[in-house]
Amino acid sequence: MLSNILIAISITLMYSAPLTLAAIGGVISEKCGVVNIGIEGMMSIGALAGATVGYFTGNAWLGLLCAGISGGLLALLHAIASINFRADQTVSGLAINLIGPGLAIFLSKYFFDGAALSLPVPSKLPKIINTKLLQDTKFANFNIDISVILALIIVLLTWFIMYKTKWGLRVRATGEHPAAVDTLGVSVYKIRYFCVIISGILAGLGGGTVTLAIISQFTPTAISGQGFIALAAVIFGKWRPFGAYFACLLFGFSQALVVILGGGEINISSSILAMIPYVLTIIVLILFVGRSSAPKASGIPYEKGSR
Amino acid sequence: MKHRIIKFLKTPFACTFMAVFFGFMVACGILLVTGYSASYSMAIIFNSIFARPKFIINVILKSVPVILTGLSVAFAFKSGLFNIGAEGQYIISTVVSVITGIIFDFHPVIQIPLVIISGMLAGALLGSIVGYLKSKFGIHEVLTSIMLNWIALYTCNYVSMCERFHKPDSDGTYMINPSGYTLVLNNWKFSESGREFLKHNFILNDIILKTDFNLNFIFCVIICVLVWFLIYKTKKGYELRVSGLNPDAARNAGINVERNIIFTMVISGLLSGLAGAFTVTGTSSHNIQTLSMFENYGFNGLSVALISGSSPIGCIFAGLLFSGLLYAGQSLQYKIGAPSEIINILIGVIVFFVAIIRIVPILLNKYLEREENLNVK
Repeated sequence: MLSNILIAISITLMYSAPLTLAAIGGVISEKCGVVNIGIEGMMSIGALAGATVGYFTGNAWLGLLCAGISGGLLALLHAIASINFRADQTVSGLAINLIGPGLAIFLSKYFFDGAALSLPVPSKLPKIINTKLLQDTKFANFNIDISVILALIIVLLTWFIMYKTKWGLRVRATGEHPAAVDTLGVSVYKIRYFCVIISGILAGLGGGTVTLAIISQFTPTAISGQGFIALAAVIFGKWRPFGAYFACLLFGFSQALVVILGGGEINISSSILAMIPYVLTIIVLILFVGRSSAPKASGIPYEKGSR
Repeated sequence: MKHRIIKFLKTPFACTFMAVFFGFMVACGILLVTGYSASYSMAIIFNSIFARPKFIINVILKSVPVILTGLSVAFAFKSGLFNIGAEGQYIISTVVSVITGIIFDFHPVIQIPLVIISGMLAGALLGSIVGYLKSKFGIHEVLTSIMLNWIALYTCNYVSMCERFHKPDSDGTYMINPSGYTLVLNNWKFSESGREFLKHNFILNDIILKTDFNLNFIFCVIICVLVWFLIYKTKKGYELRVSGLNPDAARNAGINVERNIIFTMVISGLLSGLAGAFTVTGTSSHNIQTLSMFENYGFNGLSVALISGSSPIGCIFAGLLFSGLLYAGQSLQYKIGAPSEIINILIGVIVFFVAIIRIVPILLNKYLEREENLNVK
């Protein structure tokens, strides 16, 4: 029983870490008024960059850094389109979702001689506790990836900056009423560029943790829908850092439930089990969450001088 | 003259055309950088779509599901809803069509409508859940749609593997009963006399024998026109568009926005469902298989809707372009070894340019204004 609970906790945390990073990225972007539906694409490119750099340099941390940068670059495209070109942000985000995974597999085939799978990285991101110490104890299954801690730090930091500092206030104001921010002499464009790029970096990091901490290589299915789940978590969490974090944890927990029930004595089809997280999410939404409203100016391009 | 050109450049057609053009430019650039010949690749793409009657027909046949899912997304867009759930609606429709097609075996006149309608209703059911939850509890449609996509995917896997339908030693179910096929002249073309006749007629042989020749595309075009009529020529369509553009104004005018949300999602689900049902009845392998990942028919529908600018008629052309490119991508990989994902990038870049090309009319208007001001002075 105890070991089951420990497994549940560690799976919950492991599964939710990349989602959390990406979802916080989504929150930041939406807070400043730019809908970022392209999380999936940014995560994919991050996953590829992380695994590739991790493989060629042998350094997982360098890989993670590049994962962040690559996500940020893709986000820059989204920023240019949705801020300067006043593009429909859904359309541009969807384009990112097409370009990201396509480019990731394309590059994987380019770097790894036509294989859509990368070679495994020599060293993964470290776990917080040395594995040897735990080996023969009951806690052998309970070892948390460093990415879990990273995710938690990002959540706390984002919450603090968003709600306790003047920069956060500016970001939130930009998402609610950009014209007001503009009249006070703060550049709406700058804030939005900054937030969207940060959002891409976080999504890239999320993708990187998948290939550098959970599985140790890039595969075409490494990022298969997590970006959309992260997007769902943003809405689920009502566009708040802790809300999104809670949504990701719930999601991770239901994944853990799938694993544990699957290993149990009850004979249920694995496909039915796999539905649990999604059904559970809908039920929680109906029972507890209800009506949600995005930041007011979210999705609307800002034009200087418009009312 | 200058004004005429500017006026033309501002039309949606010109904008889309420019986006497609830029998309190809970027794709060529990527191919060049990674060491493939761009001109040769483009020649292959062109060839693998137009070189043989069989290719053209295949592109048309494969465009049916993306046109319909595109239409489904475009229809929802018109009333302000983002139907990211077309994927799930498509999948669940294939599942239900296959179940109906296997269980029942009536005369084709009954069987075909039965299979297709059951699939459509399944799609509509999924759509109506999204609509109901949105109008009743205010739950964002994107959220429920994403969850339902996965539920549909796992339902598909469950049915593919359950004892009643699973075909031993395969990943999928049995095929539906042949009475549910919508293939044209299917029995005749494999019969002695049919083969004999086709042998002497190369083009017909290529078109009918070598493809899953069916008439779904024609129905698909008719449905696009019907949806266009619904949106632009009926009272309901007007209400939907108003609800999409300004829900508050719609409410003030006495339009029941909540009910329209459900209505929209039902129709949208029906259309995606039709895409799934047509795939089951019209193209081999007439069954469903376990999916490890989404097959992207619904997600491709999103791209089609966006490239077409949410125009029902535009969806036909965008869908043809899309299916042509996907079809050509396979031969690109096969012939010069360039990863077929270049096509996904190409489509992504086209969609990206569709997004940013909106600036062109704005800039042109500014240019015209400035010129007018100069003239006044």
